[in-house]
This record gives sequence, structure tokens and C-alpha cells, in this order.
Amino acid sequence: MTFLGDTELSALRLSLAVATRSVGFSLLPAIAIAWLLTRRRFPGRTLLDAFVHLPLVLPPVVVGYLLLLLLGARGPIGQLLNDYLGIRLVFSTTGAALATAVMSFPLMVRAMRLALEGVDTGLEQAARTLGAGPWDRFLTITLPLMLPGVLAGAVTAFAAGLGEFGAVITFVSNIPGETRTLPLALYSALQSPDGDALAARLALLSFSLGLGGLMASELLARGLRRWLGR
Amino acid sequence: MLDVSLRQQRGDFTLDVAFQAPTPGVVALFGRSGCGKTTLVNLIAGLLPAQQGRIQLDAECWLDTDSHVNVVAEQRRAGYVFQDARLFPHYSVQGNLRYGARRTRGARELISFDDVVALLGLAPLLDRRPGTLSGGEKQRVALGRALLAQPRLLLLDEPLSSLDAARREEVLPYLEQLRDHCAIPMILVSHQFDEVLRLATHVVVLDAGQVVAQGDISAVSLTPALRAIVGPEALGAVVDGRVAGVDAATGLADIAVGTGQLRIPCAGATPGGLMRVQLLARDIILATQEPQGLSVRNQLRGIIQSIVADGDSDLIKVDIGGACVLARITRAATQELHLAPGLSVWALIKAVSTRGHAFPARVATA
Repeated sequence: MTFLGDTELSALRLSLAVATRSVGFSLLPAIAIAWLLTRRRFPGRTLLDAFVHLPLVLPPVVVGYLLLLLLGARGPIGQLLNDYLGIRLVFSTTGAALATAVMSFPLMVRAMRLALEGVDTGLEQAARTLGAGPWDRFLTITLPLMLPGVLAGAVTAFAAGLGEFGAVITFVSNIPGETRTLPLALYSALQSPDGDALAARLALLSFSLGLGGLMASELLARGLRRWLGR
Repeated sequence: MLDVSLRQQRGDFTLDVAFQAPTPGVVALFGRSGCGKTTLVNLIAGLLPAQQGRIQLDAECWLDTDSHVNVVAEQRRAGYVFQDARLFPHYSVQGNLRYGARRTRGARELISFDDVVALLGLAPLLDRRPGTLSGGEKQRVALGRALLAQPRLLLLDEPLSSLDAARREEVLPYLEQLRDHCAIPMILVSHQFDEVLRLATHVVVLDAGQVVAQGDISAVSLTPALRAIVGPEALGAVVDGRVAGVDAATGLADIAVGTGQLRIPCAGATPGGLMRVQLLARDIILATQEPQGLSVRNQLRGIIQSIVADGDSDLIKVDIGGACVLARITRAATQELHLAPGLSVWALIKAVSTRGHAFPARVATA
């Protein structure tokens, strides 16, 4: 490939890997939290709601710092993970994915909530009277009907995850081939005296990925809605 | 036997009802909007958490708050036809129909897929999506879906109220067929008295969360409490009578009512069959002597049982021998004719004012 050099390709590959894994981390918890927040009334609901949305309002550096405190090599959870499971998050791609997942979690939950609010609870009641238990109802009625929203949320989170900067660089640093995703590579290019062309190419790449992702999400959701007969 | 007694508080609305009805049969919950009918049905289905009460269907106890029995909705097998159909938009008609059928947990099959499709005329719709169906078609599919779950009890929450008159006529005969051919107990929620008249074997009249009258429809149709709900114009005794003969040329049927006979236009009457007729109170004239030379064909001899003031007129209940009719007479006429309980009178009924419905004897006497 003439346009993309090794640096760009490596950054692109890492960004894709980090975004994919972060969506993998956050998808199920986001559905669960969204369900709790829309369908259940319990003490502490408002607190949970606020907590989930914190990454939207906190500086990303703060999120990265908190992750470092908790999951760093000497953090309470990080130490356990390292000692018992041999998992090291700091300076690793997985760590970058986790930081990205935390940052995009509110986006994901918002999309899932919107989707869930659009599902008529009357249909779930109808399924109940037809003999469907809670999981059965969720898997055959609720989930398929909220699928367009789930998909939109996942694609948006994926597109946002491609470009997560602050939390990633704070938590897992900027290591080529390990945590240097597109924005981190762009940042490094801007720091070096002859990196202007590289920076421009990386910026263009980010731009195209973001645009393509959002458009794909919209088209997919439209197709799904048609399939669902709505 | 369906035995229900429930007490439920919600804000400043209290539902406090108790009724018993024979099974199988169609219990009509009748009352104005907001009287608690839907709440009651949701409690019976188990969709609303019950605060206090008991629900017993034959040998099965679904709810008894005293002994902490509360069967969850998905295990009660109460088929529910909602006002707004609630078909699953992402399944085809066939998928909707089979949804409950796949979750019967080995319950005895009362009605097969093919029977339901034939009974409700669903064959041309099977591959369609709910979004493409008309209102009447949706309600028929919803009815089929509920039936195929092999319900112990079928709950019909105003299944016809979202339909126009023509669509109602499309669905009503199916409901009549269900009542006559399936041994599934049904609860019909309605605020239309003619639906109740056509379908019910037992009527529970609700007002502001309380039962104000209950029993078979003939008895309930005589209660003054009904006036507040149907209005003064629609008040009238409902009588069941056996068809003595049908005149094919004129379409008129002779129906034995009490000790007398009515000659009225009836669709679907067969000799020996049972007909249900409503005689509107405002269409009945009372005479103290046997009338002669009148164009009115129907006269029943009876004895005045009671006189109740209703606005500026009187409602007079006349026992015609085993059945009663209600007549609305102006107060002046009551006084002039010296009408009083125990007096022998003739009730004259205009033939055009009656609405006959064929009603199988098996169901009516159940």
C-alpha cells in the first residue's frame, strides 16, 4: 500500500482492535444497566444513573488516573488480577480497550435506554400471558425489538473508541505496537519535527473511519427496523 | 366455578370486588370506563401485583394472599386478548400464533392450530406481518394466539372497542362460536351492553370499583343500578325463551317467554333453540284490560311486582310467569290507571323493538 506506511497501519490495526474489544467489554453490561435504569425502580437508581454518566463530564485524564489507581500494577484490583490471573492491564492493548470501554459506556447506555423505552411493555405483558418467563421474554421480544438501538449504540461506541485519547494515554501510556492507537500516533507525529505529513494522513484516516462508521450504523438500523416491521 | 375476591388500592381509587361464576361460560364485566374493569382483569391475569384477595378457578388456586399463594402470570395460563391486540411486530402472523403454542408446558391440547386457523379464518393471513393487518384481522389473530396457548381462562378486554361497527360484526360471530364450541371459561370486559347481551352467560356490573349487580343477564337487566351505566333509554329486561316455531316466509319466530309467547323477527332461530331477547322498557305499554283491535302483536299477561320511581317516570317490573319485563310509564299514567304491585296487567311490546340473538341452550343453562 502506498498511502499507508507501517506506522499508520499499526495505529489503524491497534485502534480497530481496541475499539472492537471495548465494545465487547461494554455491550452486555450496557444492556443490563440500561434495562435496570428503564425498567426497574430501586433505591440508588439516580446515583447509578449519575455514576454511569460520569465519564461524559469528567476530564478523560481523570478517568485514566482513576483506572490507574484501581487497576494499575499496585492498585487493589490490578494487583489481584496480576497475582491470580496473570493479567496485566497497564501498558497493554487490553488496558487501552478497557479505558476506551469506560469512556464510551455512557454513550452505549444512552443508546440502549432509548431503544428500550421504544419497546412497548405491553408486548412483554402479552408474552407473559402466553407463558414466557423473564429470560424468554427478554430474548424473544425485548432484545429483538431493541436491536436497532443496540446496534446503533455499538457502532457509535466503536467509532468513538477508535479515537479515545486522554484516558488511554494516562492509563496505558503511548507504546508503539501495544497502545499507540490512531490519536496517540497522531499526537506523537505532531511532537516530532518532520511528522506533518504523517499527522495529516492519520487525521484523514480517523475522519474517514468516523464518518463511515456513523453512516453504516444509520443504514444498518434502518434495515433492521424494516425487518422488525416497524 | 370461577371465584374471585379482590381488594386493591391505587391512589384514591379502591377496587373491592367479589364474584362467583359457573364455568365454562362467559362472565361479562360490565361498566363505564374507569370503573376498574381493566385493573380487575390485569389482577386476574397476574400482570398487576395483587394486594389482597383470592382467585380460584375450578380446582386451581392462582392467588390467595392469606396463605401466600401467588402463581406468576406466565404459569396461570390465562389467555389475554388486549384492547390493542399487542401482536409481536417482528413475528409473522404464524409466528405470533405459535408463540404461546410453543410454551404450553405439556398442557392438554384443547384446540389445534388447524382448528384455530379454520375457526377464525386466518389461513390467508399466516405469512403476513402484523403491521399490514386491519384492525379486525389483528383482533382475530390476537384471539387465535391466546387460544393456542391452551388457556385455562380466556380474558377479553374490550376486544371490539377499537373496531368500527362493520369490523365488530366481523369478530363477534367468532366469539359466539368460541363460546359455543370450546369449553374454555371466558371473561369479557365491555362497556357495550349489546356485546354483553350477545355473549354473556353471567354478568358482573361494576361501578367505581364496586360490584353493584351480578347474576345471569335476565336478573341483572332488571336492576335499577344498570340505569346509571347504560342510560335510561337502553334499559330493558332481557329474557331467554325457547323457539316454538319459525315462519320462513316472514322471518318471524314464535318464542315462549314466561307463560306467554312473543312473535319477533329473529335471525338464526331454529325450533327448539334458545333465543335471548331484550325488551326495552320504553317500548313496553301496560294495559289493565285485555287490549283489542291493536296493531301491536305481542302481549304478555302478568302481575306487577314492583314500581320504582325513575326521574319523572316509573319503572314497573311485571312478572310474566317465570320471567320479568320492565316497563317505563309516566307517573301520571301510573296514577290514572291505579297501577300497584299485585295488579294484573297486559304488557304490550312492539315487535320492531326487540333484538333477538340465538343462544345455544347448552351454554345458557351451564
